[in-house]
Amino acid sequence: MRIGVITFPGSLDDRDAARAVRLAGAEPVALWHGDRDLRGVDAVILPGGFSYGDYLRCGAIARFAPVMGELVPAARAGLPVLGICNGFQILCEARLLPGALTRNAGLKFITRDLRLRVENTRTAWTRAYSGGDKIVVPLKSGEGAYAADPGTLAGLEASGLVVLRYSGGNPNGSAAAIAGVCNAAGNVVGLMPHPEHAVDALTGPSADGLGFFASVVAGVAA
Amino acid sequence: MTIEQVQPFAELGLTQAEYDKIVGTLGRRPTDAELALYSVMWSEHCSYKSSKVHLRQLAAQAPPSRALLAGIGHNAGVVDIGQGYAVTFKIESHNHPSYVEPHQGAATGVGGIVRDILAMGARPVAVMDALRFGPASAPDTARVLPGVVSGISAYGNCLGLPNIGGELDFDPCYAGNPLVNALCVGVMRPADLQVAAASGTGNQVILFGAATGPDGVGGASVLASATFGDGASAKRPSVQVGDPFMEKLLVECCLELFAAGLVVGIQDLGAAGVACATTELAAAGTGGMLISLDAVPLRDASLGPPEILMSESQERMMAVVEPGRVAEFLGVCARWDVRAAVIGEVTDTGRLVMTWHGETVVDIPPASAADGPVYARPLARPAAQDALAADDPAALPRPADGAGLRADLLALLSSPGLADKSWVTDQYDRYVRGDTVLAMPEDGGLLRVDQATGLGIALATDGNGRYGRLDPYRGTQLALSEAYRNVAATGARPLAVTNCLNFGSPEDPAVMWQFAEAVRGLADGCAALGVPVTGGNVSFYNQTGAVAIHPTPVVGVLGVHDDVRRRVSIAFSAEGDRVVLLGRTGPEFGGSAWAHVRHGHLGGRPPSPDLEAERRLAALLAAAAAAGLLSAAHDLSDGGLAVALAESCLRGGTGCEVRLPGDPFTWLFSESPARCVVAVRAGAEAAFGRLLAGHGVPGETIGAVGGDRLAVAGYFAVSLAELAAAHTQTLPALFG
Repeated sequence: MRIGVITFPGSLDDRDAARAVRLAGAEPVALWHGDRDLRGVDAVILPGGFSYGDYLRCGAIARFAPVMGELVPAARAGLPVLGICNGFQILCEARLLPGALTRNAGLKFITRDLRLRVENTRTAWTRAYSGGDKIVVPLKSGEGAYAADPGTLAGLEASGLVVLRYSGGNPNGSAAAIAGVCNAAGNVVGLMPHPEHAVDALTGPSADGLGFFASVVAGVAA
Repeated sequence: MTIEQVQPFAELGLTQAEYDKIVGTLGRRPTDAELALYSVMWSEHCSYKSSKVHLRQLAAQAPPSRALLAGIGHNAGVVDIGQGYAVTFKIESHNHPSYVEPHQGAATGVGGIVRDILAMGARPVAVMDALRFGPASAPDTARVLPGVVSGISAYGNCLGLPNIGGELDFDPCYAGNPLVNALCVGVMRPADLQVAAASGTGNQVILFGAATGPDGVGGASVLASATFGDGASAKRPSVQVGDPFMEKLLVECCLELFAAGLVVGIQDLGAAGVACATTELAAAGTGGMLISLDAVPLRDASLGPPEILMSESQERMMAVVEPGRVAEFLGVCARWDVRAAVIGEVTDTGRLVMTWHGETVVDIPPASAADGPVYARPLARPAAQDALAADDPAALPRPADGAGLRADLLALLSSPGLADKSWVTDQYDRYVRGDTVLAMPEDGGLLRVDQATGLGIALATDGNGRYGRLDPYRGTQLALSEAYRNVAATGARPLAVTNCLNFGSPEDPAVMWQFAEAVRGLADGCAALGVPVTGGNVSFYNQTGAVAIHPTPVVGVLGVHDDVRRRVSIAFSAEGDRVVLLGRTGPEFGGSAWAHVRHGHLGGRPPSPDLEAERRLAALLAAAAAAGLLSAAHDLSDGGLAVALAESCLRGGTGCEVRLPGDPFTWLFSESPARCVVAVRAGAEAAFGRLLAGHGVPGETIGAVGGDRLAVAGYFAVSLAELAAAHTQTLPALFG
C-alpha cells in the first residue's frame, strides 16, 4: 500500500507525515508540487507547513500547483485524501472541502496539546476510532479558526460531516469548535491539529494520531 | 589645483586613524565603494576589533577535543558526535535591530543564524532563543516583547525548525537594550563539511537567493556598533526585512547543491552583505576575485556600488562553483525557484576587484579588509565594584516562619522572570521534524538524531546578568555551569560550548574590564570542565546613554545523548519515588532571585562556582540516566530548591513532601551551584546510592513524590492548584 505525501514549496511536515505512514505499515511516496503525476498511489496526504509562505492567503497559491490538477479529480472520484493544517487550508481553497480557515481568535500562533473528540468514524481516515473517542493531538497554527456560512455549518452538522471537535475549550475561535471536516463521501478529510506529531509518545504527547494512518491502510487493504 | 573634499568616514563609523590606515594600505584615497566596504568590514560587529585580543584565550586554552572538526573562526563550530554524525551550532545576537523594529529584528536574527549553520554544510534542525527585556510592566516592554516573540514565531515556524528552549528574563538594565540571542543547531555527515573559501582560479562566483535591496544598508556599522541616542526611530531603514519562505527554499536548495557536490566554497550573507562575503571568501581562498556588480540582481535599480556592497538584504548566499558545473548548479536553483546569478570569478591576482558600469570601483587586497584593526582598549575595574561586593544580602530581612517562606515561594514563582513561559513558547512550533524529545520548560532541549539507535543531542543556554554585574568572572562561569548542568540533567554528556557576549560600550574602560573578566572566566571554566568553545558572537554597545547593561554572557552547551529513549524530564510523576538533593548547599544569596524579587536588591558576591563538582555531578547524572534509575531530574538555579521543586511538581502534575535538614530559608532559596534535585525510581535506591558514592557526589534524601501539594514538613504546604495559579497567570496578565 502506497501513500503519497505532497511537497509544495514551503511544506514543512512532509517528513513527519511520511514517518507516520511508515509507522502505520504503508510505504510513503514523495509527490512533487510541480509534477502532474500522482505516481499511482492509493491515498494522498497534504502535509502542514506554509506553502508559498502563506502569502496572499493560506493555501491560495498551492491550490493552483500542477499536482492539484491531478489530485482534485482523483479526490472527487474517491481517492482518500487527508489535509493536515496547511493541507486542510489547501483543500478548502480547492473546494474539495467546505468552509475556510481564518486567523485565530487570539491573533497569535498557538502550539498546544489538545483533547479532540472524534465525531465521525465512517471516513477513510477515522474508521480505526470509536465514536466519541477522546484523543490528544497537538495543534500548531496561526490561522486555524474554522469558518463557514450558517447554511453550510447547519448542513455539515445535519449530514454528520464534522469529523473532529475541540473538547474542553475552543482554542482558536473555530465555529462550533470544529477541528476537522470531511466531504459527503468521507474520502476527503481535513483537520487543523497534527495527528502525524502524535504517533510516538517519545516525540509527541501521545500515539493517538496513528489511527488516521491506520484507518486508511486498513480501508484500502480491505 | 583643487582641494580634495573630506570623505565621510566619520559618518560611516570609521575613526581618523582607521581612515588613514585605509589610505596607507591602498596608497591613495579609497573610492566611495571601497570606503563603504572598509567601514562595514571594520565595524565592531564584523571585525571584533575590541574583543579579539581577549577572545584568543578561548582557542589557546581550549581543552584538547578529538570531537572538534571545526572551531573558532568558522561560520559555526562543528563537533563529531559519533555514529557518523556531526553537529554544528552557534548563538548570535540581534539586540539592536530588535529594539528598533522588534518583529523584523528578531525574525532576521533567526534567519541569520540559520544561514550560518547552513553554510557549514549542515541541515538546520532546531532553534533556541535567549531573551531579556526591561521591566515586565514597563510600557516599552509591551511594545518590544510581543514583537520579538511574534518575529521569532513567524520566521522559525515558517522555516520548519522546532524551537526547543531558551530563556526569558527581565531587568531594568535591558530597558533600552533588549537582548535577543538566537541559537541554531544543524546535523550533517562529517564528510559534508563545507568551507568558506574562494579557491581555484577560474571558478565562478554565484550569488543566489533573494534580490539585493536597500534594506539594512550599513546595519552592522550603524546599528550594532554604536550606542543609541535619541534618534533611534531614524534608524528604521537600517533594519532588514525577512522572508522565511525564501529562506526555506534556500535551505532545501543548498542541501541539494551540497549533496550533488556542486559547491567548492560557500558563505552566507549576513552583516555587511556582499562586502563581507566577497572579502572573506577571497581572503580565505586563492586570494583574488573579480566581481561585476552590474550582475547582482537588484530589487531597486537605483542602488549604486556602496549600497550594493553594504546592503543586508536577507536570504542570500554566495557560492564558488567550477565552471563546468555552473549549469547544473543553476538547474538546482531553478527547481527550488531560487534566483541565482554568476557575478564573478576567482583570480590569482591577490586583489579583490569589482567593476560597475565599466569602471573599476574596488581594487583592494582582501585580507586588509577581512582582518581589520585590533585594539587593546584600556580597561579598569570600576571603583564602585567594592561597594557593590560589600552590600551583602545577609543583611536583608528574611521570612520568619512557615507562612513567610510560603509567601516568598509564591512571590518568586509568579515573578515575571520565573513565571510560566507558555505565553511565549506556545507561539513556537516545537513539534516540526518529529524529533523533539524534550523542549521548554524542560532543563534542556533534546533532539533525536538517529531513529534506529536513539542517538541524540541536548542543548541549553543560560546567562545571569545579576551574577555578571557582581563579578563578571564568576558570573560567566556560573552561566557556563548552569548550561552544562542543564544538558546533563537530561542524561546527556556535555561536549562543546558556544557563547554570545552581551556588553556595553568597549570604549568605556569599566565595560572593557567586565568583558576581559568574562572571557577569562569562560576560558578557565571551559578548560576546567573539559569542553571547548567552538564559536560565538560578541555584542557591544548595549547601552543607552552612559548606562550599560549588566554584563550578560549567554552560554550555550551542546551534549550528546547515547539513547534519547532514556531521557530524563524535570516532571515528578511517579508516586513514592524518593526525592534526592544532589550537591552542597551553602548560604549563597548574592545576585539571587530571592534578593531581586523580594527586596529589589543586587549586591554581595555571587555564588562560588565549583567546576570540579559540576563535572562529577554531570557524570553521575549521565550514568544514572543510562541505567534508568531516575524518573526526574531538575537543575537548581534561580530561586533554588523551592522553585525547582514547584516546577517539577507542576510539570508532572504530582506533588511531593520534603523535610529539610537545616535552616529552611537557606535550603529553600540558596543558589549554590552544582546542585540538582532528582526523583529516584522505586527499587533503584541502592543502585543510585552506589553511583553517588562512586562519583563522589553528596546526596541527601529529602522526601518523596506524591500527593497533590508541595509540602515542606514543619513549615508549609501549597496545593498544586495554588502553585499553578501563581505560576501561570503572570505573563498573560502582562501581555494579553
